[in-house]
Amino acid sequence: MKQDIILAGVGGQGILSIATVIGRAALDQDLYLKQAEVHGMSQRGGDVQSNLRLSSEPICSDLIPKGCCDLIVSLEPMEALRYLPYLAADGWIITNTTPFVNIPNYPEETALRAELQRLPHVIAIDVDAIAKEIRSPRSANMVLLGATASVLRILDPDKLRDGIRKVFARKGEAIVDTNIAAFDAGYAYAKEHLAR
Amino acid sequence: MAEKHLLLGDEALALGALHAGLSGVYAYPGTPSTEITEFIQNHPLTRERNIHCDWSSNEKTAMEAALGVSYCGKRALVCMKHVGMNVCADGFMGAAMTGANGGLVVTACDDPSMHSSQNEQDSRFYADFAMIPCFEPSSQQETYAMVRHAFDFSEQYKIPVLMRLTTRMAHSRAVVETGGLRDQNGLSFPENPRQWVLLPVNAKVRNEALIADHARFAETAEASPFNRLADGPDKSLGIIACGIAYNYLMENFPDGCPYPVLKVSQYPFPAGLARRLAAQCRTLLVLEEGQPLVETRLKGVFDSGITIKGRLDGTLPRAGELTPDCVRAALGLPDLPQHEASQVTVPRPPALCQGCGHRDFYTALNQVLKDYPTARVFSDIGCYTLGWLAPFHAFHTCVEMGASVTMSTGAAHSGVWPSVAVIGDSTFTHSGMTGLLDAVNSNADITLCISDNLTTGMTGGQDSAGTGRLESICLGLGVAPEHLRTIVPLPKNYPDMEKTIREEIEYHGVSVIICRRECIQTARRHAAKKQ
Repeated sequence: MKQDIILAGVGGQGILSIATVIGRAALDQDLYLKQAEVHGMSQRGGDVQSNLRLSSEPICSDLIPKGCCDLIVSLEPMEALRYLPYLAADGWIITNTTPFVNIPNYPEETALRAELQRLPHVIAIDVDAIAKEIRSPRSANMVLLGATASVLRILDPDKLRDGIRKVFARKGEAIVDTNIAAFDAGYAYAKEHLAR
Repeated sequence: MAEKHLLLGDEALALGALHAGLSGVYAYPGTPSTEITEFIQNHPLTRERNIHCDWSSNEKTAMEAALGVSYCGKRALVCMKHVGMNVCADGFMGAAMTGANGGLVVTACDDPSMHSSQNEQDSRFYADFAMIPCFEPSSQQETYAMVRHAFDFSEQYKIPVLMRLTTRMAHSRAVVETGGLRDQNGLSFPENPRQWVLLPVNAKVRNEALIADHARFAETAEASPFNRLADGPDKSLGIIACGIAYNYLMENFPDGCPYPVLKVSQYPFPAGLARRLAAQCRTLLVLEEGQPLVETRLKGVFDSGITIKGRLDGTLPRAGELTPDCVRAALGLPDLPQHEASQVTVPRPPALCQGCGHRDFYTALNQVLKDYPTARVFSDIGCYTLGWLAPFHAFHTCVEMGASVTMSTGAAHSGVWPSVAVIGDSTFTHSGMTGLLDAVNSNADITLCISDNLTTGMTGGQDSAGTGRLESICLGLGVAPEHLRTIVPLPKNYPDMEKTIREEIEYHGVSVIICRRECIQTARRHAAKKQ
């Protein structure tokens, strides 16, 4: 079994901490993993992505081929759409709905919404609102990870919770609890969304 | 005891070097190589073993310091991005002539597709040029093992070796099994001291020896555990896959490649293995990340009766990094079903951070230069290069480290006025200081603006070599004290900043304006640490 994930967002939004938690969980579950990151110039407020590949078998390429990506996980709606040619025919998009507008020609939100609705498997979730609701506005990325866990078949959600505990352990128990709560809120939202 | 770690290619190399008995790492930050040195700086073994790990001023000083370590019999690692090879080329070529005593591994991280670079030069050419071996790993696990092998090779054959990574190897994580800690070397000096004095009388002898050694390096590549000829039933095509290109090939054949494949991760290029492949296959496809080095050699000038396919005949794109997709197309396999690209998305280029001092500096500079329509502005490599983009459009050139100072000097010599140079603090101490000395000596009419954010910003905030001493450096180089000015780039200071810039443009000689405010990224980190 394999799952290929593209993590997308804008430089500074925190996609790499999502990758770190998934990586930790994958290591504990003895999966093979490859994760290509973007560093350097592109991090300065530009679009960023990370190719994350998980598999029970050895993985060859560090990059995901076009048409093979099982999940696009994005902290920003336009960034979710940037990688469509990579998405498998039956692949999922899990995206934050709050736009990050730092360019003058950012598209109309209605156009973005229409484009997302055109696709068969989309979980659109306002992670910023949910993070605020549970009073941990800085854990929006863990809300998104929670939503992702609902369709990330290769990893057990409990392994992801363990991953959060290990990754955030040195920041103290309160931070760990906030992030777990954010994860659970995202997970619950997505489960409810999928049931509908 | 084997341990499992999730490591970037850069980190696998760093840990491999630590476990191989490293005594010092010498480097200047540069994407995608920076994380090698940072990993070593943060590793407990570094303190335990007193391993040198401070940043060097530039790649040349790094290379030469490492050669000094090697001279003393200890193991040294030099790390840089590909264009750093140009800066250290003198030391690098010299090191091939002296040879190594303690293991000396030079690591160049190439950036095909120019994700964060000004060109996509291929460092394998440098190894070839210097007649030294080159290692090019295809996986993070191989990287870890290979660096140990490279150090052993360097000591056994008394020669520096080059490790070449490319962006996708340097910046991709995978699980790596590690184990086996080697002791550091003690002091020992070269057996052949004449070789380290490159007077012509010695160098001529050494050159003959190096040419003979190069033939031995080629023999080791034929038998290398990192080079492998695998058979395949379909002889209509033979494939040569170098470095990580091998992964893109195998990605496209999950059930095994039907064609014979020569995997190459150690150079000089194993010509004997390639001949064995060509004896079975009359058409060869060369997959190599970067420039078509192997392909050009195989193609040659005269018709050998073997068809060579690759970047030069359009089978693969002529430039840019390889992907599983372009390799798939080169293999003649059909595209996988995929969604069409979205028509709604627009590019999101990188930008200077909000609140960054470079922004305030460019705002003031642009305001002043409105009154000087003949002005030319020569900029340099760093975060501030983003000032070329909207909304600043602040300068005319950006070429390579330090070129702002020297190009503005040349422009002033040619009659351009005002001739303004813009350089960051770290780039200035990397390669700008000697240029400033030239400007002073010729009394060039330039205004040099050092946008000092007290760090090496673009690569993530590493120490900058001249922090706190820029004024004394400029004075020492002969800049007149009354034309060495300091300003603080903040919106409230615009009037003062503009006045200073205007005054120094109007001065006909060398002026230096140091525009100093801490990088907001490092300032935030420092504030968080204090809490």
